[in-house]
Amino acid sequence: MTDATHDIAVAEGARRKTLPVGVFAWLLVAPAMIFILVIVAWPLAETIRLSFMEADLGGEHYVGTRNYQELLESRKFHQTISRTFYWMFISVVLKLVLGLIGATLLNAAVPGRALFRVLVMPPWVIPIAIGCIGWLWLYNGYFGVLSGMAQRLGITDGPFEFLAYKTSAFYSAVVTDVWVGVPMVTLFFLAAMQGVSRDLYEAAWVDGAGRWYRFRRITIPQIMPVIISMSLLSAIFTFNSFEIIWILTEGGPRGATTTLIVDTYKTAIGNYKFGEGSARAVIIVVLLGAFSLLYLAFLNRINRKFGTK
Amino acid sequence: MMMDKYTKLQIAGIYCCLAVFLTFILLPFFEMFMASLRPLEHLFRSPYQFWSDDFSFQAYRDMWVTVPLLGRYIFNSIFIAFSVTFLTMVFVIPAAYAFARLKFPFKNATLGVFLGVNMFTGAVLLIPLYRVLRTLGLLNTYWAMIVPGVAFLIPTGIWLLRSYLEKIPVELEEAAYVDGASRMYTLRRVVLPLAVPGLIVVGTAVFIGAYAQQFLFAITFNQTRELQPLPAGLYEFIGYQSVTWNEMMAAALVGVLPVMVIFLFLQKYLVAGLMAGAVKE
Repeated sequence: MTDATHDIAVAEGARRKTLPVGVFAWLLVAPAMIFILVIVAWPLAETIRLSFMEADLGGEHYVGTRNYQELLESRKFHQTISRTFYWMFISVVLKLVLGLIGATLLNAAVPGRALFRVLVMPPWVIPIAIGCIGWLWLYNGYFGVLSGMAQRLGITDGPFEFLAYKTSAFYSAVVTDVWVGVPMVTLFFLAAMQGVSRDLYEAAWVDGAGRWYRFRRITIPQIMPVIISMSLLSAIFTFNSFEIIWILTEGGPRGATTTLIVDTYKTAIGNYKFGEGSARAVIIVVLLGAFSLLYLAFLNRINRKFGTK
Repeated sequence: MMMDKYTKLQIAGIYCCLAVFLTFILLPFFEMFMASLRPLEHLFRSPYQFWSDDFSFQAYRDMWVTVPLLGRYIFNSIFIAFSVTFLTMVFVIPAAYAFARLKFPFKNATLGVFLGVNMFTGAVLLIPLYRVLRTLGLLNTYWAMIVPGVAFLIPTGIWLLRSYLEKIPVELEEAAYVDGASRMYTLRRVVLPLAVPGLIVVGTAVFIGAYAQQFLFAITFNQTRELQPLPAGLYEFIGYQSVTWNEMMAAALVGVLPVMVIFLFLQKYLVAGLMAGAVKE
């Protein structure tokens, strides 16, 4: 590609009245860049500025790093941070494991798999909020099928409200988040699996390798790049997952499902504490940025160690 | 192929696992459908009854009266998602081409900025975004929901499309240059037609993102009821004192039906396209 680019540049340079390649490239990138700067960078700068203010509907005045100091000293906020990472970790692991199982099943050469592939997609292609309304109903103690079945089978005596208790509400939200995320992960893994060369499998098969061996030693290493990029992508999505928690529990009961993003929204939009909300937003950005960099650095080390590209 | 042969037991096992997996995926839809069939007074009957004989489709008739703007909400959702997709592609195509093919100063840094945007969601930037939209005079219009949607989907779009464009053989472009075509002409007449399958996949992925995530921007930046997309429109009813749950479920299912049908037809290309994108050397 570098050679080709060079050739094009040479061919271009030979003609008059053509733009230098750098200028042309920047003209192509500029519209998207300007758009992002106005809609994302400007608000981000504004968030950073507000995080040093005490700001509400009445106005704003400078308070230095007070918002940050309060947060760093607050035990509740520390709990929110660890809860958020726990939420991210458990949800992403479940998404990856289920996605891998799902993709393997959908990749199996059995009759009807075209239909099954279609049936996996609905949670992905509907508005997240609509899916959550369905789950809200499922988790209901009085008319949801889960509690109904539990009663029928004698697991619980009376109606069980999944979203009313701290632990059950947290894991219920995890299940819904996994449900929203699994179809996309599954389809990307499936696509990657189909891209693995059949020759590899046939060679292994001829040598007498069983299915499990082929899965471990061929499928997994071959789709590793997709697994890696999906896990980072899912981690960021899950960390920032807002609608699911908001519709199911609004962060309750007693804060059990309050992740950083929910906390930020509640502080800023719910209580009009713009300054304190902005400080939380900045912390989210810093934590996610640090996490992504660590993840990428970790990957680089692994890649160097095992020599995979 | 001998290698692909399963024993009867294995096939049974695969179907069992698939059944469990798909039950998890489809359970909420099934439950919503069942709820939509139950008469309202029956919904709250205790103890829980899985099946009863007074199921009816009455809710599918009544919902149009209870939610008078339902048709409008469905239209708004699709309209907003299409507008976001169109605008996103307009920004993404030239930028993705530049990143895939051209060498320019600060290329990696620029790409980094775009990918960094992936780390934010609207929820983090809601307050200042509200102020920016107010400054631009866009609050309570379709634009209030379209503009932020586009901004947060541009990075994903660039990322996906770039890898497709990289796979188009560069020789064709060189040939066009040799024939004296301008850069812009080459992009429009040589690269774009070749990139159509990739454009469809990326467009579909952007559409899904735009359609799935309109709720937050809608409830925050838009107070005009006539402009609300489906999830925001329905959510408003769920806050009411007496929720006609069966009608809400019916409305939700009917509301997502048009897009589901579209995907039924597109899914083949989508999986094939993802596959082409996933196979990187």
